[in-house]
Amino acid sequence: METILFELNGQNLEALVGESILQAADRAGVADIPRLCYKEGYRTDGNCRSCVVEIEGERVLAPSCCRYPQQGMKVNSISERAVHSQKMVLELLLADMPESGKSPYTPNSELDEWVEKLGISKPRFSRRVQPAFDNSHPAMSVNLDTCIQCTRCVRACREVQVNDVIGMAFRGSHAEIVFDFGDPMGDSTCVGCGECVQACPTGALMPANDVGLAVPDKKVESVCPYCGVGCLLTYHVKEGKLLRVDGREGPANHERLCVKGRYGFDYVHHPDRLTKPLIRRKDAPKTIELLQPKDWQKVFREATWEEALDFAADGFSKIRDENGPDALAAFGCAKGSNEEAYLLQKLVRTGFGTNNIDHCTRLCHASSVNALLEGIGSGAVSNPFTDVTEAEVIFVIGANPIGNHPVAATFMKNAVKAGKKLILVDPRRTALSRHATYNLQFRPDTDVALLNSLMHVIIEENLCDEKYITEHTTDFEKLKSNVADYSPEKVAPICGIPEETLREVARTFATAESAIILWGMGISQHIHGTDNSRCLIALSLMTGQIGRPGTGLHPLRGQNNVQGTSDMGLIPMFFPDYKSVTDPENKKWFEDFWKTPLNPKTGLTVVEIVDAVHSGDVRGMYVEGENPAMSDPNLNHARGALSMLDHLVVQDIFLTETAGFADVIFPASAFPEKSGTFTNSNRQVQLGRQAINPPGDARQDWWIIQEVARRLGLDWSYDGPEQIFTEIRKATPSMAGITWERLQKEHSVTYPCSKEGDPGEAIVFRKGFPTVNKKARFVPAKYTHADEMPDEEFPFVFITSRQLEHWHTGSMTRRATVLNAIEPYPVIHVNPDDLQKLGVEPGEAVTIESRRGKISTFARQDQGVQRGNLFMSFGYNEAAANLITSSVLDPFGKIPEVKFCAVRISAGGNPEMRIG
Amino acid sequence: MNKKKIGKQKGRLVDSEALLEVQKLMSDMPLRKDMLIEALHLIQDEFHYLSAKHLVALAHEMKLSHAEVYEVATFYHHFDVIKENDVPPPPLTVRICDSLTCEMYGAKDLTESLKHVLGEGVRIQPVPCVGRCQNAPVAVVGKNPLDLATIESVQNAVNKKEVCPDIPEYVGFSQYRGTGGYNLFQECNSGKRTAESVIDELKKSGLRGLGGAGFPAGSKWEIVKKFPGPRLMAVNIDEGEPGTFKDRFYLETDPHRFLEGSLIAAWAVGIDEIYIYLRDEYAAAYEILLREIKELQSAFQDILPQIYLRRGAGAYICGEESAMIESIEGKRGIPRLRPPYVAEVGLFERPTLEHNMETLHWIRDIVEKGAKSFSSHGRRGRKGLRAFSVSGRVQKPGVHLAPAGISMLELIDEYCGGMLNGHSFYGYFPGGASGGMLPASLGDLPLDFDTLQEHGTFIGSAAVIVFSDQDSARKLALNAMRFFEHESCGQCTPCRVGTAKAIPLMEQKTWNKSLLEELSQTMEDASICGLGQAAPNPLRCVMKYFPQEV
Repeated sequence: METILFELNGQNLEALVGESILQAADRAGVADIPRLCYKEGYRTDGNCRSCVVEIEGERVLAPSCCRYPQQGMKVNSISERAVHSQKMVLELLLADMPESGKSPYTPNSELDEWVEKLGISKPRFSRRVQPAFDNSHPAMSVNLDTCIQCTRCVRACREVQVNDVIGMAFRGSHAEIVFDFGDPMGDSTCVGCGECVQACPTGALMPANDVGLAVPDKKVESVCPYCGVGCLLTYHVKEGKLLRVDGREGPANHERLCVKGRYGFDYVHHPDRLTKPLIRRKDAPKTIELLQPKDWQKVFREATWEEALDFAADGFSKIRDENGPDALAAFGCAKGSNEEAYLLQKLVRTGFGTNNIDHCTRLCHASSVNALLEGIGSGAVSNPFTDVTEAEVIFVIGANPIGNHPVAATFMKNAVKAGKKLILVDPRRTALSRHATYNLQFRPDTDVALLNSLMHVIIEENLCDEKYITEHTTDFEKLKSNVADYSPEKVAPICGIPEETLREVARTFATAESAIILWGMGISQHIHGTDNSRCLIALSLMTGQIGRPGTGLHPLRGQNNVQGTSDMGLIPMFFPDYKSVTDPENKKWFEDFWKTPLNPKTGLTVVEIVDAVHSGDVRGMYVEGENPAMSDPNLNHARGALSMLDHLVVQDIFLTETAGFADVIFPASAFPEKSGTFTNSNRQVQLGRQAINPPGDARQDWWIIQEVARRLGLDWSYDGPEQIFTEIRKATPSMAGITWERLQKEHSVTYPCSKEGDPGEAIVFRKGFPTVNKKARFVPAKYTHADEMPDEEFPFVFITSRQLEHWHTGSMTRRATVLNAIEPYPVIHVNPDDLQKLGVEPGEAVTIESRRGKISTFARQDQGVQRGNLFMSFGYNEAAANLITSSVLDPFGKIPEVKFCAVRISAGGNPEMRIG
Repeated sequence: MNKKKIGKQKGRLVDSEALLEVQKLMSDMPLRKDMLIEALHLIQDEFHYLSAKHLVALAHEMKLSHAEVYEVATFYHHFDVIKENDVPPPPLTVRICDSLTCEMYGAKDLTESLKHVLGEGVRIQPVPCVGRCQNAPVAVVGKNPLDLATIESVQNAVNKKEVCPDIPEYVGFSQYRGTGGYNLFQECNSGKRTAESVIDELKKSGLRGLGGAGFPAGSKWEIVKKFPGPRLMAVNIDEGEPGTFKDRFYLETDPHRFLEGSLIAAWAVGIDEIYIYLRDEYAAAYEILLREIKELQSAFQDILPQIYLRRGAGAYICGEESAMIESIEGKRGIPRLRPPYVAEVGLFERPTLEHNMETLHWIRDIVEKGAKSFSSHGRRGRKGLRAFSVSGRVQKPGVHLAPAGISMLELIDEYCGGMLNGHSFYGYFPGGASGGMLPASLGDLPLDFDTLQEHGTFIGSAAVIVFSDQDSARKLALNAMRFFEHESCGQCTPCRVGTAKAIPLMEQKTWNKSLLEELSQTMEDASICGLGQAAPNPLRCVMKYFPQEV
């Protein structure tokens, strides 16, 4: 390795190429040079000047953090001249700190640390007039009397997270940190990611309520429970409770977090936590109405674990024996660990004897995965989302990563700032739109037409990668003849994007050195979701934009472990590792492995199970960590099914909307209360470590499942997640090479990793596809429209969406103090002109009605929403959006079309009080 | 339940009326990020301030965040950011210079008097040096500068709404061409001269950067030429050093000379675009340049590089070459850390040739008449000519073109008609506020690059301010420090905090000399740019040469 020989304080040192004087000094342990504005991983700014050193031959002192050793350079960090200025800088900064001398806001002030190390006594200069405090944000306090203008927070907000809220306004000694136009932080566009708090060295930006002053008893390294990014984090624990969360270095997040991961952890300690098993009272009949948790005693009574487990298992056995195994079904948890998911599907298959096991992937990327398996033989992503920094062109369609995958979005914004091109295809203008090179605000539901027209242009202008098509694909001719009918001229009026833009976008994508496609629910949650995904796959294949860094197909996986849960076979058509249940070879293998005969029929999916309950075919269900009473489409229908079951066992951490329908409720463990493996969207298997104990008599999910299994006649004796993981490795060849020890050491291992010692493949399909003939298949798609188009009676399009502060059904985040404080009320996003026409002031109540249900909520004007469109998230039980949505399914993926149905909206209404 | 909060996303919404107004103003302007300051000027000029709703509309149009726009707008003192609950300023502002020479000539009293006399309808702002020191005190009514300002003259201009500058008589395009102007440029362009020969001549002449840094011009052309294209050029007319007005003088008398110099530089070095950065206080010069560049462009359509004229917005620091480049890029004027130097990574990351306007003004003469025509001048072994901006207690202040190496005493005697009656020579600033101060006893030092450093001063832009026994050295030093504190960009600790902490120390009757020296050492040693590095010069000079005052 090439090194540079230079001299520091009279000693010869070797610096690595790209290493600054400061970094070389640190690495060699030679000199302890002060530094304040320097933060590892951030661009150096060299403004504090506390790190100055003498470089022979230079007139003035040099900042060692941004100067790089040259061959033969002579540096002195301890000369009188250098030390004089290092100390004077510290003294000048200290002069403006509060009178206490040390930071009143954090025990870890880096300024205090260096002041002590260099022996700075009471400053000899007058103090500035101190800026006022700002405690307007529920999660963070702004104490600018300890600000040293180091700009670490500015770099955090503008260069790392690129939320662009923080600026350095005015100049000279009046220069100050501002949010937006110098507004209180709580009123600004701040998204609460806390990167600035993490970056601040002096306590000027801190977690609210002086949390930073408490000293934790221990720190536990774990993973975030929210989204598929899978940020690594550190829990600070004090007296058995979570105190705070800090970002940790991980391959998917690089120390970054979002507001949920950083500040949304205290739901774990909410008084609503279930602490004892509950059994439904005999005098409490089931209705379709939701139960108010405070009224739980009207419906449930406490029970011992013995009684509850026996009752639960007996109920299942009875139905299994009297009505057949397929009269049972289960919904598993995509937030739970791989170990929990593996056990549950094993219980359902070997204990119930059915393949009626599914989870919320059905409502999410089922169509995408289906298309991927069909086209390229593998449902997981081809490249990690961090590859956006390697790509020349980033194509994002039907996704709002700023809302749902915030940290992944930061990498996209970083790439744009570095000059890469972003093509954003979304009917709604979001915070990401400003960064997009091409912002295609198209008509909802017209994805196939739009994508086919792009492919039409690529073929017409000879921009295909002919070689790639020949070597790695089949059926191109079918695709070619299909898209011949989709010229930009024809498609422009359909999708609402000008012809020339379609052409430019097509060219930009096709001619890029590397282009990556990321997508979300806008693509998948349609009755033509599989078709939508087929088009994306075709676009990627025909241009050869796959199988290399910065290319590929990345359906952004929503839940923190939906990838893992699917990998574990918690789905009706596949065993672990996507082995089809109907294939006799697979069946035999698992029958041998599990020593039980298995059901040869594919099971029912989520919405099909609901229908089967209505038809009487399914009579008993085990719902573990799922909340279908909020997440399923057409809630009147879904809740109706829940209320009809003979036997419903719900395992959860709260008395959720679903639990209200149960016969038995098991109090389970929340994420920080368990250890296990979790697989993020990048196929990185990451280790979550238990930081605190479950409250009261709540138990580990794996233990509960095992207890139920035993009572169903299965002789399980797992002693914990590690042992379960060992079995998982045997059942999933793509993870066979990952050991628990390696996870403990490295925290994160990518699969495929088939043999121990394999590094793990981040990018797949480099040399062909896991299909029979190693080739990928083009599957053409014709433009069709959604199932329920707007008409005179129901003229608006209702589109479910997500929001930054709340997660999905709200069971966690509405009980997280900070998150619910930021967004406490349900809102529907409406175009301001539509609102005006309705005669509704922003913030007033509106009523939305579909053929299936009716809700009232508050109107939020959104200049990014097109006329005639409405966007609403689905986590507020007082205004459950899924009461409105349709359960019509994509025929291949069986995913409901929650992204498009017809509604009418009127002024007025009475948004109900929240239930809970 | 706060309906307003529920009803919208966080942050300010775009107001449709404001958006239309901004779109109209920007109709001829590309929406690129680097046009931000130009866009802010359009809005400030039209509405007399920058309202929050216009800034939101602008951010929307330019795809910038609100903070990005706000932090730039608030950096520059010519912009008034008015938020929802702020009171907008009155449409007319009278700016009164409070820098060194104007303070000597009673700026403080003038300001106080005018506050009483002009009333509420007019805003009065003390401002730093506006580059008219030979006619101190100076008041600028709107954009109209009043030399030798009095209460009466200001009141008169205010009442008559005389807010536009008079455009002085100058050598226009036709006259310049008629007397041989642009012949040299055409010779170069047509191949009659080689770049090497021109650069050679420049090197022989010893021409050095006349903005103050003094880098040899010919060598600079060579250095930039070696870096791969495309290369850009930045012409620095942010003349802001208190006491300097030579650039304005040449702009308002013979503007095409520096333009031709720029074109020759662009040809010799291989430059695609020229950006001219003009301080916004020079409103007359702006009009002149707009006109003359247009004429130049129509006359020489196909052979000119692109020429862009950009306005400063009230920030002395933008006279620092890298801060100026940041400003041209539409950002806060924050100097960059070097290395890399702007020759290698400059404007828009390209290799950039940066020159003070006056340096370019001399190119034509040097090349046409030969290096010796310039280098043969000089006294005491020094070479070349300097355009000294002389102000203060002399009979004839003004721009005096004199040999390099001339002494202060000679300058006063031979060029300035001696000291004012009743004033005896006490001391002088050889190079503006940043060059420090020397006592009359050192009035025989050669004034040039390299000659004054050993005395703790430098010639800089050759802005010479002469003060007398009627003046106080410590008062002038304090004025200078207040100037630096006002103009510091705020980036680095030694300057941002150092200038602020020095002021109360300098206000004490008896100075804490050892503490001031400790502070000065760090400001000189550890500041990022020349402002912070030079800020301690006046105070150190007072301690050294006028110790009896402190």
